[in-house]
Amino acid sequence: LKFSVTVTLKKDVLDPQGKYFELEINDNDQTQAEKKVDEMCKKLLANLIIEDYKINKI
Amino acid sequence: MNSSVIVFPGSNCDRDISVALEKMQFNNKMVWHKETKLPKSDLIVVPGGFSYGDYLRSGAIAGKSLIINEVIKAANGGCLVLGICNGFQILTETGLLKGALLRNKNLKFINKDVNIKVINNDTKFSNKYKKNQILKINIAHNEGNYFTNPIHLKELNNENLIAFKYCDKDGKTNENSNPNGSLENIAGIFNSKKNILGMMPHPERMVDDLISNTDGINLFSSLLK
Repeated sequence: LKFSVTVTLKKDVLDPQGKYFELEINDNDQTQAEKKVDEMCKKLLANLIIEDYKINKI
Repeated sequence: MNSSVIVFPGSNCDRDISVALEKMQFNNKMVWHKETKLPKSDLIVVPGGFSYGDYLRSGAIAGKSLIINEVIKAANGGCLVLGICNGFQILTETGLLKGALLRNKNLKFINKDVNIKVINNDTKFSNKYKKNQILKINIAHNEGNYFTNPIHLKELNNENLIAFKYCDKDGKTNENSNPNGSLENIAGIFNSKKNILGMMPHPERMVDDLISNTDGINLFSSLLK
């Protein structure tokens, strides 16, 4: 399953930078796969002190 | 006093800090990022540079490296930890220090000698300085714009956890003397136990009159006390 992750700075951080990732997850269970992506975001892909992220299935 | 300097691929101030530590009679060891054990250390230094190319975010990948788990354990056990520049960014990525370093307000890499003011001199890192003493220390970074949430900012002020602030030559801290847009001109902070210091300026570059000045020396001599 393929997901896109868009990382943007929080609204109260005044800066327009952001990041876009595409991830392919080796898991056919969508809920499980999404959970993995969510974990990756929290652990590394986004810094929650300054950033928000959005996951979409593509 | 035993010190360890962590070396990541892309670290570039590791040798400067080791020269400074040895000059101050620290018994220093260099520790490669793939190590899973730290030598016996009273002080751990996470040096400046561009660890792992600073891909993703400055310090993000170093914050998940093998050796960093040992640094976190040692720090939580009370070991002194100093993060300079990229080292400060790495410490915020690990959560050992709160907040984050954003891109400089002017979106440019800044390399210049700036004035900073000693805010808290009652710590293991700063006891040889006078309160409000003005130092001239080099900064060289692209992401030094300190940011944190309002609750933590209050905590930094109430618990005297701000180590240094950017200022002008008269000690005034305002927008004009703020090189990178940091909240309240913050240049360095402590954790709540004050055994961890993160700072963007480079004290290790200021230990010899021949090439700069000696304003950084007291940080190291404070640690030896």
